[in-house]
Amino acid sequence: MKIQQLSLFAENKPGHIAAPARLLAQESIDIRALYLADTQQYGIVRMIVSDWQKAAALLEAHKFVVKITEVLAVEVPDRPGGLADVLDALDGTGINIEYMYAFPYSRSKQAILIFRFADPDAAIARLQIAGINLLASEELLKI
Amino acid sequence: MNSVLETSVTDCHPASVPDYTPASQLRHLQLQRLRSVVTRAWRQVKLFHSRMDERGLVPEDICSIEDIAKLPFTEKSDLRDTYPFGLFASPMKDVVRLHASSGTTGKPIVVAYTQEDVDVWTSVLVRCFAGCGLHRGDIIQIAYGYGLFTGGLGAHYGAEGLGATVVPTSVGHADRQIMLMKDFGVTAMCCTPTYFLHLIERAAELGVNMKDLPLRTGVFGAEPWTESMRKHIEEASRIEAFDIYGLSEIIGPGVGCECRMHQGLHIFEDHFYPEVVDPTTGAPLPDGTEGELVLTTLSKQAMPMIRYRTRDITMLLPGQCECGRTLRRIGRIGRRSDDMLIIRGVNVFPSQVESALLQIEGTLPHYQIVLTREQELDQMEVQVEVTPRMFNDKIGALQGLHDKLQNALDRVLGIRVQVALVEAHSIERSQGKAKRVIDRRTS
Repeated sequence: MKIQQLSLFAENKPGHIAAPARLLAQESIDIRALYLADTQQYGIVRMIVSDWQKAAALLEAHKFVVKITEVLAVEVPDRPGGLADVLDALDGTGINIEYMYAFPYSRSKQAILIFRFADPDAAIARLQIAGINLLASEELLKI
Repeated sequence: MNSVLETSVTDCHPASVPDYTPASQLRHLQLQRLRSVVTRAWRQVKLFHSRMDERGLVPEDICSIEDIAKLPFTEKSDLRDTYPFGLFASPMKDVVRLHASSGTTGKPIVVAYTQEDVDVWTSVLVRCFAGCGLHRGDIIQIAYGYGLFTGGLGAHYGAEGLGATVVPTSVGHADRQIMLMKDFGVTAMCCTPTYFLHLIERAAELGVNMKDLPLRTGVFGAEPWTESMRKHIEEASRIEAFDIYGLSEIIGPGVGCECRMHQGLHIFEDHFYPEVVDPTTGAPLPDGTEGELVLTTLSKQAMPMIRYRTRDITMLLPGQCECGRTLRRIGRIGRRSDDMLIIRGVNVFPSQVESALLQIEGTLPHYQIVLTREQELDQMEVQVEVTPRMFNDKIGALQGLHDKLQNALDRVLGIRVQVALVEAHSIERSQGKAKRVIDRRTS
């Protein structure tokens, strides 16, 4: 259920995301999801890509500092309350969300929530009990 | 009588009399004092004694002032290695004051004064101020830092010794400095030249024209500055700006100072014997040749320094000054032979930055120090490359790392610096040795 996410350190300056994006494009690696967390000085680019091992090796070969983290992808109906239902399932369990991001995909009226949990195994167990649909890596990439 | 003496009445403070000692008499006094200080250090300071032994020397081998070249050098690292009290030649009960300044790594270097030393220090500063044309009746604002730094208290005692009125503001609080300069009718300012530039700018913002103030003299030191800076300061504030030189290891400010001729800095060589040596070989260089300034304290009790390597590059100026002083002069100091940086008057070594980074990271990340000047104040940024080991994809964790680095640097350096986390391999690698310092401070 765990999905490998690639994180990159980038200074908050023009052009600093273009370079890794170009590299991935050249190797036909598809970016399925991307989220940029930024401060005034620097940012962290978080990506889910079609081939994370190849992408990591490629970026590292070009001197980028890359970190692989495990995240969970949760599929919810794209309607008001979709996110709240998932959060309700976690409420009171002490399971801590480090960060999250979300994107809709209109064809099936679903939305995908990407979570990084402090304890992903506990989160998986809890979300499965609550009947929440977790996507495996292949499923996410097929979207 | 010397015509200059007749015309510049303000220079004739009684403390300034030694400034005019005939050269032959001065050399005789220096030899006497040198023999006495060498004997004292040889008896009291283990490190010095053993270095004399290594060379087969005893104090009696000093028969002429030129024999000083036989003596071993003292280095800044000797102060660090004997931290805190290893070079003291007086028992602690005779030490009335301790000061400290930054060393090359985490530990500071310590300097000590007996009452006699404090009195000598005061007397040389009186001579500095008198040479700048200041006297009783002047109101002198001391905006050097007070505390462990020798600048504030040194200048303070000197200004009081002169009989002037002292306004001990210490450094910082520019608006208040300017208000007091104006309200108290301050006639002389003592601070680092860059701080004074900052005050000029700030005064303009506050609608205060420095030219309208009674201020007429500035005594600036603790960092190298240039003729173009002097010109700018003098034009912007209509004062006469003087360069004062000193270092804690020798006594603090007051080792030397310009007179009104502004043709180099007179060294108070009845107390501090100057030599200029080749920085690589240590061989003495003739007057007029640039090299490293080496100073020997001729009268210091608590902590004599024999042939201390200042790392300041200058030359002994040949000939006598038109002011009539017999004291030899050094050229203004523009650079150093080591990698010490002077930032807002504070000594900083890149090695201190390394030790702070090591403390936090365990290994040394690639880093670079970038110096700039903003609003006339030195700014120091330490750029640290984010290594895979340091990188964490949570903003909070990176911010935490940033803050930890920031705090460690502030603690070790004693001044506020900016930390910037930068991408790996973004700092330019020069061939072999990394270029650790980029100095973008102009003027």
